[in-house]
Amino acid sequence: MDIAQVIDYLKSYDGRQLKLMEVCGTHTAAIFKNGIRDLISPKIKLISGPGCPVCVTPTAFIDKCVSYAKAPGCELLTFGDMMKVPGTAGSLSENKAGDAHISIMYSPLEAIEKAAAHPDVTYVVAAVGFETTAPTYALLVKEAARRGLANIRLVTALKTAIPALHWICQNQNDIDGFICPGHVSVITGVHVYDELAAAYGKPFVVSGFEAEHILAAIYRIVKQIEAGEGRVENMYPNAVRENGNPNALQAIEDVYVPGPAVWRGLGRIDDSGLYLREEYAQFDGGSRGLDEDMELPAGCRCGDVITGRINPDQCPMFAGGSCTPMEPFGPCMVSSEGSCGIWYRNKH
Amino acid sequence: MKITMAHGSGGKSSAQLMKDIFGKHFRNDVLDKMEDAAVLSLPASDESTADGSAVARIACSTDSFVVTPLVFKGGDIGKLCVCGTVNDLLMMGAVPKYLTCGFIMEEGLDTDLLDQLVGSMAAQAREAGVIIAAGDTKVVEGNGGLYINTTGIGLIPEGRDVSSSNCRAGDVILCSGNLGDHHACILSHRMEIENDITSDCAALNDIVDALFDAGIDVRTMRDVTRGGLGTVINEIAGSSACKIELDEDSIPVSPQVKGFSDILGLDPLYMGNEGKMIAVVPEAQAEAALAAMRSAEHGKDAVMIGRVLEGEGAFIKTRLGATRRFDVLYGEGLPRIC
Repeated sequence: MDIAQVIDYLKSYDGRQLKLMEVCGTHTAAIFKNGIRDLISPKIKLISGPGCPVCVTPTAFIDKCVSYAKAPGCELLTFGDMMKVPGTAGSLSENKAGDAHISIMYSPLEAIEKAAAHPDVTYVVAAVGFETTAPTYALLVKEAARRGLANIRLVTALKTAIPALHWICQNQNDIDGFICPGHVSVITGVHVYDELAAAYGKPFVVSGFEAEHILAAIYRIVKQIEAGEGRVENMYPNAVRENGNPNALQAIEDVYVPGPAVWRGLGRIDDSGLYLREEYAQFDGGSRGLDEDMELPAGCRCGDVITGRINPDQCPMFAGGSCTPMEPFGPCMVSSEGSCGIWYRNKH
Repeated sequence: MKITMAHGSGGKSSAQLMKDIFGKHFRNDVLDKMEDAAVLSLPASDESTADGSAVARIACSTDSFVVTPLVFKGGDIGKLCVCGTVNDLLMMGAVPKYLTCGFIMEEGLDTDLLDQLVGSMAAQAREAGVIIAAGDTKVVEGNGGLYINTTGIGLIPEGRDVSSSNCRAGDVILCSGNLGDHHACILSHRMEIENDITSDCAALNDIVDALFDAGIDVRTMRDVTRGGLGTVINEIAGSSACKIELDEDSIPVSPQVKGFSDILGLDPLYMGNEGKMIAVVPEAQAEAALAAMRSAEHGKDAVMIGRVLEGEGAFIKTRLGATRRFDVLYGEGLPRIC
């Protein structure tokens, strides 16, 4: 079956109304970039899930980062995506324009050379991400320990996707199938979805990020639903192995323990966070208990957006023009993988 | 509000800053057109016209260059600061004539490096046919950095009328070559990634001369710098009150830059260039205009990438046949690439 036949099938689908969730923010961006909605039947509705790490990071994390960046002798290292996320004392970007010491990093391992070169400065790494980035931060911690660098700290907001998928399946039963995150699956492998598919009887299909990958995954989900099936399929076998990446999984196991984490818009989910193990406690910059969130302005519906209950343009702040990438209220409007920002930039 | 790096991106934040502060205080008929270069009408000298009633038009533009690193594959800040301003003049249909330059040097700047950069600037000025007519230097505290401002003046030959607001339905969009090379080159240097990606930094006199020599009725020209093609196309669609539809398959990107940007999550549509331009011409002249562009060294990879239609907004027809709308660059892109 070639891609034209897949498109033809999805375009002419006329069965019951379906609601599919793409869990990963990179998928949301790819769906817009390739105009996927334009290629499938309106009876297949795609909704965006909580898989943008920036979007589910609570305000307390930003505030903690800002306080480090303003502390004497400290420099905060962060990926660029976090810069404009609003905190109660302003975003990192706003504070960088003030008196805070903040550098955008391209790799967390940059902290090693900086820390070695400037022992009088404490480098605080804003460690945000899912299973995809957690191993890199783990390598940073291991290397810092090996070299005895005492001037590195991590403030972590590392999360794992599977507990969040359980939460969604338990709290929102109207989703018919899931396009599972390709990058996360490279690390975790495919079997992590088995329990979900068995428990909830829904299709969980792992997809890559090209238009053809996503269309093929949607096609497989629809075919499963039509056949009354709900199982795991790997439609990204070139990159995703059954058991994932054992080295990365080992690095995660070595360095972190699971613990409760607050997902902005969802709330606290047990065992969905990754925290430094006791033996690496000296590198922890106070990552536990960062669960306070900013009181959302009246009308802000971030929580409904990241659980797919509404589309971004159904939020009154989006529709009324008071929340924009220039003046965002919530991180979903900030991040390049946040659904509000993606909808806004594409003028959907 | 404080200035952030996003205000230097050439995208939405830069445009907002122009409007809210500079536009508010500097309002005038010339500046309000927001073109690549200002077009100024001056009374012609007695020698150039018999009755003194005709007017000569000059183009004037200024640009500041803050790129790091100062030397990169395919160019350096000296070459760049000539090309950038010369291209802005060319895009208005002007023949570049004179440049001024202002050097802001941080203490610690190596004079051998400065000598190399000024030499590069002089060589590029000769190639682009401009005379460096005035200059200034200042030294500030710092760490060996260098910033250069250049201002250029060019003459617009009679009969040329090039402006962002001139596009109309039925025109076609031509692009002079691969997009994203400069952006990817600078980012590779900064991230210490080894590859062969070379900046496209170049003065585009040859392409513009070829278009006018071929008698093409050029409506609009823009160099595709900060903010990338996505931002430029949106600006043109807005200025000309028309709809522009690009064909995704035909937007030229080298395999190296495509691979590089895929890995880093960058979109070549919003990546900056320093030696690429688009020209908007009537459809009937499309083939002749493409042939003219391809006859120039810097336009040898020129292709048609889209069309001007009735309506409003900027759209892309994707590889698989979907249509999506796209906007200007939001946020930072990559600071300090030019």
